[in-house]
Amino acid sequence: MSKYTEEELKIELENKEYEYGFYTDIESETFPIGLNEDVIRALSKKKEEPEWMTDWRLEAYRAWILMTEPEWANVHYTKPDFQAISYYSAPKQIDPNKTLDDVDPELLAMYKKLGISVDEQKMMNNVAMDIVVDSVSVATTFKKTLAEKGIIFCPISEAIKEHPELVKKYLGTVVPQKDNFYAALNSAVFSDGSFCYIPKGVRCPMELSTYFRINQAGTGQFERTLVIADEGSYVSYLEGCTAPSRDENQLHAAVVELIAMDDAEIKYSTVQNWFPGNKEGKGGVFNFVTKRGICEKNAKISWTQVETGSAVTWKYPSCILKGDNSVGEFYSIAVTNNFQQADTGTKMVHLGKNTKSTIISKGISAGKSQNSYRGLVQIGPRADNARNFSQCDSLLMGNNCGAHTFPYIESKNTSAKIEHEATTSKIGEDQVFYCNQRGIPTEKAIALIVNGFSKEVLNKLPMEFAVEAQKLLEISLEGSVG
Amino acid sequence: MLSIKNLHARVEDKEILRGINLEVKAGEVHAIMGPNGSGKSTLSSVIAGKEEYEVTDGQIFLEGEDIGEMAPEERAHKGIFLSFQYPVEIPGVSVTNFMKTAINETRKAKGEAEMPANEMLKLIREKSELLEIDRKFLSRSLNEGFSGGEKKRNEIFQMAMLEPKLAILDETDSGLDIDALRIVANGVNKLRSENNAVVVITHYQRLLDYIVPDFVHVLYNGKIVKSGGKELAYELEEKGYDWIKSEN
Repeated sequence: MSKYTEEELKIELENKEYEYGFYTDIESETFPIGLNEDVIRALSKKKEEPEWMTDWRLEAYRAWILMTEPEWANVHYTKPDFQAISYYSAPKQIDPNKTLDDVDPELLAMYKKLGISVDEQKMMNNVAMDIVVDSVSVATTFKKTLAEKGIIFCPISEAIKEHPELVKKYLGTVVPQKDNFYAALNSAVFSDGSFCYIPKGVRCPMELSTYFRINQAGTGQFERTLVIADEGSYVSYLEGCTAPSRDENQLHAAVVELIAMDDAEIKYSTVQNWFPGNKEGKGGVFNFVTKRGICEKNAKISWTQVETGSAVTWKYPSCILKGDNSVGEFYSIAVTNNFQQADTGTKMVHLGKNTKSTIISKGISAGKSQNSYRGLVQIGPRADNARNFSQCDSLLMGNNCGAHTFPYIESKNTSAKIEHEATTSKIGEDQVFYCNQRGIPTEKAIALIVNGFSKEVLNKLPMEFAVEAQKLLEISLEGSVG
Repeated sequence: MLSIKNLHARVEDKEILRGINLEVKAGEVHAIMGPNGSGKSTLSSVIAGKEEYEVTDGQIFLEGEDIGEMAPEERAHKGIFLSFQYPVEIPGVSVTNFMKTAINETRKAKGEAEMPANEMLKLIREKSELLEIDRKFLSRSLNEGFSGGEKKRNEIFQMAMLEPKLAILDETDSGLDIDALRIVANGVNKLRSENNAVVVITHYQRLLDYIVPDFVHVLYNGKIVKSGGKELAYELEEKGYDWIKSEN
């Protein structure tokens, strides 16, 4: 019997292991677990930070201890014990002067396993990379090429020391310390992340890229990313993430702030593949992320994300359209399988006149997963002629998963135009049979259908990322027809 | 080419095919006619291997090989093509991309290398000209927003691209106006050869004016109750299906 039944497919899917689930044995220096003001002071000292930074962290911590974890999202999980997490884990022997050649070969081997060899990235893709393993930036490539244009691209810890005027001026201006529970926690304990500054009128000649990976057990990863595009500049920024598979849940609470000044454009793309937990729903990464950008006059921010990983995702990349004629875009593909839960979407806050926003969200659910889109479109009283178009499509596989859409619209200006479209569909047996009849096996047929469904968003990704994203979609959903 | 012996099939608990026997040789065109609900579409689905139909008895051979246990895609790789009565939509997948995937998956199954891009383009150009298809049409999403005629023409285009040994055309004439019908039929006629065979499933005699069959079979209640030459189709048209019903 050569027929590949649905049952066999399901079994194969359940047994499909997380491809990136390996653990690299590098010596690391980890803080004891727990969080209090002393830990924050120690962390700040360890990183040789100036006093204003330490104070800024403490201010955030004091706000955080008074806050409670939000519960409004459509996700269910055991809340992390924040006193059982270590807030700092760095691979040992970091020498600030070392070049890529000096990087721990085991680390480099790890990147190879991830399929993102630094050398390869450097040579082939014209991508400058800042790599964050656990909490510390390990190596930054292409710094010199970028420096010639006046572009600063470095770990944020380095920026705090070398460009304090920029960091001090902009850090926390888009996502304030007290913005929300996780943002406050991040502000208190962030260990590293990327910093990027594009000077006036400069078009960044290459894609800037950061690769995150959680390695150490029982650690949280709290990166802080700050991207500043000065007047009339342009930058495209890529972010990729993976984590080794572990039984316990790992916490990831990042903050990303984007600042697009007059006539500037920032394109921010993410491919997120954190460990989603095993087929029983054990382990996996809790991904609680605050991402927000502010657009000044005629500026544009475009968020593109492909979310295939994490056990729980809570993430709403947003745009504050402050300047007149500014544009915000959000393109998202969120895939959930097995017991994954995703509550993701965006906020478009229209403040300026003639502001425009576009939201395209594609949710794909399989297994016993729950996939929610949550979006807010807010039009302020001064935002004359503001326009929004939202489209939320859900694709279901099998009978045990769920797709939910929570669109919120608040308009305080009568000249606003807001459109919302939503569809829900299921991969039909008829579609699969049609493909089969043309000689296309079921697995390939599903990949084809899913890629077709996601095409509008995949097209928004930079080339090299689009290929990776397509592969990820296939891996995440192999055999999940029902 | 195709040999069906005593085929019985059911869907859920309902027996639909009750002992079909059919021999189709290379180079021949067979028409299968019959009233609604006689089992015509079921027969085409069962030959193509659709899983919701359970074969309870009998065998299907393609070039002497029993294909009864093969998955639908394996049957396709062996050269069976089904032109669907209701082709499904696949949003975001262009006709070209779909065909490229289908051809390369078939080649992969046979242990052959992927078709080089320039060869693929040449083939697409050649076949779209043959069927008078506008090239812009090929970059549209598969069947999405296609008119009835476009859908059927697209099916025949796929047939031309895949060059099957056995093509089953399931109600290809339904939903076609006379011009579209002529184009589709001409396409099929151009694709006929000594090495392939065509089974035309139709409710009306109309299509058979354009695709002239060597044999006509009448299906009723899951059995072939009458077989003959092309004149049988005219007789049916004249007397109506009540003639068959009253005799059985």
